[in-house]
Amino acid sequence: MADTTDPIIRVRNLSRDFQVGGRGRKRQTLHAVSDASFDVLPGETLGVVGESGSGKSTIGRMLVGLLPATRGEIELFGETITGPSGKQALAKVRHKLQFVFQDPHAAMNPRMRISDIIAEPIDVRGGWTRKDRADRVAELLELVGLSAAFADRFPHEFSGGQRQRIVIARALALDPAFIVCDEAVAALDVSMQAQVINLLMDLQQRLGLSYLFIAHDLAVVRAVSTRIAVLYAGEIVELSDKRSLYTDPKHPYTQALLAAIPRPEVGTRKPPIRGEVPSLLNRPPGCTLCPRCPKAFDRCRTEAPALREVAPGRKVACHLYDGV
Amino acid sequence: MLQIENLSVDFRVDSGWISSVTDVSFTLGPRASLGIVGESGSGKSVTALSVLRLHAARNTRMRGRIMFDGQDLLTLPERRMREIRGRDIAMIFQDPMHSLNPVLTIGDQIGETLRIHQKLDAAAAQKAAIGLLDMVRIPDAARRVTDYPHQLSGGMRQRVMIAMAIACRPRLLIADEPTTALDVTVQAQILDLLRDLREEIGMSVILISHDLGLVAEFAERVLVMYAGELVEEAPSLTMFARPAHPYSEGLLKAIPSADEDVGRLYAIPGRIPDPGRRPPGCNFAPRCPLVQPACTAAPPPLATMEPGHLIRCPVRLAAMETTG
Amino acid sequence: MTDATTLPAAAMPPRSARRRILMRRLWRHRSFRVGAGIVAVIVLMAVAAPLLSGGQPNAMSLRNRFAPPSADFIFGADNFGRDIFTRVLYGARISLWIGFASAMLAAAGGALVGMASAWFRKLDGIIMRIMDALLAFPAILLAIGINAALGPQVSSVIIALASAYVPRMARIVRAAALVVRELDYVDAARVSGAGAGRIIFRHILPNVMAPLLVSVTFVFAYAILAEAALSFLGIGPPPPHPSWGNIIAEGRDYSVEAWWIMLFPGLAISLAALGMNLLGDGLRDVLDPRLKIEA
Repeated sequence: MADTTDPIIRVRNLSRDFQVGGRGRKRQTLHAVSDASFDVLPGETLGVVGESGSGKSTIGRMLVGLLPATRGEIELFGETITGPSGKQALAKVRHKLQFVFQDPHAAMNPRMRISDIIAEPIDVRGGWTRKDRADRVAELLELVGLSAAFADRFPHEFSGGQRQRIVIARALALDPAFIVCDEAVAALDVSMQAQVINLLMDLQQRLGLSYLFIAHDLAVVRAVSTRIAVLYAGEIVELSDKRSLYTDPKHPYTQALLAAIPRPEVGTRKPPIRGEVPSLLNRPPGCTLCPRCPKAFDRCRTEAPALREVAPGRKVACHLYDGV
Repeated sequence: MLQIENLSVDFRVDSGWISSVTDVSFTLGPRASLGIVGESGSGKSVTALSVLRLHAARNTRMRGRIMFDGQDLLTLPERRMREIRGRDIAMIFQDPMHSLNPVLTIGDQIGETLRIHQKLDAAAAQKAAIGLLDMVRIPDAARRVTDYPHQLSGGMRQRVMIAMAIACRPRLLIADEPTTALDVTVQAQILDLLRDLREEIGMSVILISHDLGLVAEFAERVLVMYAGELVEEAPSLTMFARPAHPYSEGLLKAIPSADEDVGRLYAIPGRIPDPGRRPPGCNFAPRCPLVQPACTAAPPPLATMEPGHLIRCPVRLAAMETTG
Repeated sequence: MTDATTLPAAAMPPRSARRRILMRRLWRHRSFRVGAGIVAVIVLMAVAAPLLSGGQPNAMSLRNRFAPPSADFIFGADNFGRDIFTRVLYGARISLWIGFASAMLAAAGGALVGMASAWFRKLDGIIMRIMDALLAFPAILLAIGINAALGPQVSSVIIALASAYVPRMARIVRAAALVVRELDYVDAARVSGAGAGRIIFRHILPNVMAPLLVSVTFVFAYAILAEAALSFLGIGPPPPHPSWGNIIAEGRDYSVEAWWIMLFPGLAISLAALGMNLLGDGLRDVLDPRLKIEA
């Protein structure tokens, strides 16, 4: 891929807090994302893997301006969309960003025709003639493998896989450069999932798109990603190129995730990691994985590890690699 | 122990009756594990719910026989059926949150089954509940027994559901997508728990899932369903290593792998026909790479390929015979 | 795309079929059928009033004062010898108009307030507390107050009743809108840069119409009843124009000796309210979003 090019997206120390539990003393701060830093290069797919509560969706929503950041910086195509002049900056680059949702049923207004759904980004931006708009809708439908004759229909007439294609067509309407796919195939059946993954890969090649591909399924992430960030409890614990992550996972949590994948040969799977993701309200001091980690030692209980480069292109947040 | 013969299930819709499950037969011995795999709309859950007769009677039509311990569950009066549910046959579902009553403690809810079926008093039921929580590996059971469902994590809730299901030491447990709503690492824990409990209690388990890998790891035998029909039945290792039906084959190829980089995924073209609009011949014919003119003429029968391995595909069967 | 072959047209009902399915479900719903039947008959009779009667609801005939129901006066006559049947028919026009207009006005006001509350979260607390305060007040008392201030006209009855029912409507719209605004398609519009106007009018409002429509039918029924109550208290539509409420009000002094003056408009009110309620029940069941129209 493009190793030497400048990143189109630069995220530094991005954090997002949520206030929960009413007012006054009962109010608590939930750290959904803490100190995330990463880049996305042109034409690449950054896979973001994590379980529920890992903050992966929160990151995706912040990147397209659906959710403001609490701290940190997001730079998209050279514009910093966080901070005081973030709104104007976001308006300048908005047409280059898009989002594909998990549930294609909820992602379309049931009362709008497919043509109006797909053309929404065009209508919002304005300045298109009626004919150009209709031509573009037809072109987009064909681009995602659907018939242009579907334009006058309504969402309920389509199956889940077809709806996700329509959602992708909408995302492509203004020729974006970067698309956040938030669990974009998780709600689909296996055979539909393969179709949509292939479609996303084909579109990437043809249109030179970059993706942030958020998923909980490690196999799916392996199929689509160039590089992968592993999230745990709001923090990036490992950031690596795809091949090394799967052949030589460094972080104990990455190892646990890979070990948890079911295998058909009985007895080949290692016993799963204990416990569940901690509540983000009472995070343990030190490393967040510590209470579950089979390799934890004293230092892990008191001091949080930072994300550090342990090999070229590989970053891990774990005290096991302090000496490296 | 369980013998399903030619089960068909129809549902009432606006325009009349549509067939959901067609002519499904299989048997399950004591202490056995069986997996049922299929995409949404395949009829896998409908088949399982039929065993417990949990469909709304007004809008459902069931034919065939479901023999359990020598009696046909389909002809049993509702009162007898209620005795069997929970005592001899238990079930757990995908979403543990919606299956638990939020205003009762988990001890009360586990105890309820025991009080109904074993006429225990409140104190004895509470004690038994603690024992069951221990059995499903919930730490500190004596204290957790007074918790309410919202105080538990998703994985813990599913453990509570399992505790309720095994309260009367059933001989058959039906688990309908029990891990789909859970995180990857928790999914592995629940799967291991179910496997251990099957041996401890000596029950049979039917695991229903869309995830072939999961089913193959757990079950000795696997059934693949497509559009309401059984298309293949085989020992799970055989199913994984050399699936014979073109649909099972396609399904396996469509799953991305976490173990290797596959490049482009195989995708089964098209989609599952809607119930009521199934093709006249083989249901899979419109999507099948092996399709022959005969396939679209008449529905193919389920035939034995080798002992214990049945497929509904005469084309593949003939090819197998000629090659030896 | 290579294997993303152009898929065949989905085998699902097109738009017109969707409507047809909806209509068929409605028609199959027994209480909707009965309710719609009752309402249709009443509306037809109100429209055809001049054909079905003498056409003069205010024509007095001293000879026929207090005539009991008979072949000539099937509902009897009142203290001025006016034909009750004719008056009930013409009364339907005013009563139904009051019901319809106040329900519509309340719906419009409720939609405005409810949407504002759901969209501008900072105003929500204040708006909803005001609505709560109004709800805590009995609707009829509120209507009396407003009506007294505006003076005795049909329009002031409508305004009074509409204002009294705005808080309920606002609550319903707000609740539905809060659900819709969290849906992914609203986020999709925001990602595309859509502003508040587009999101509210294109995405949220059309998707809260179903619960609004259902409550319109119920408010319609309440308003007809409330009109009667206001008339009974002497602040309904001004006489001599008949409404069901003021026919009853005028008959109340003769309730023992000329029971028919009150009985027939009373029956008409009950029947209309029953019809609207049944119709609303049916609409609610059929428009329930949990009943998806697919396959």
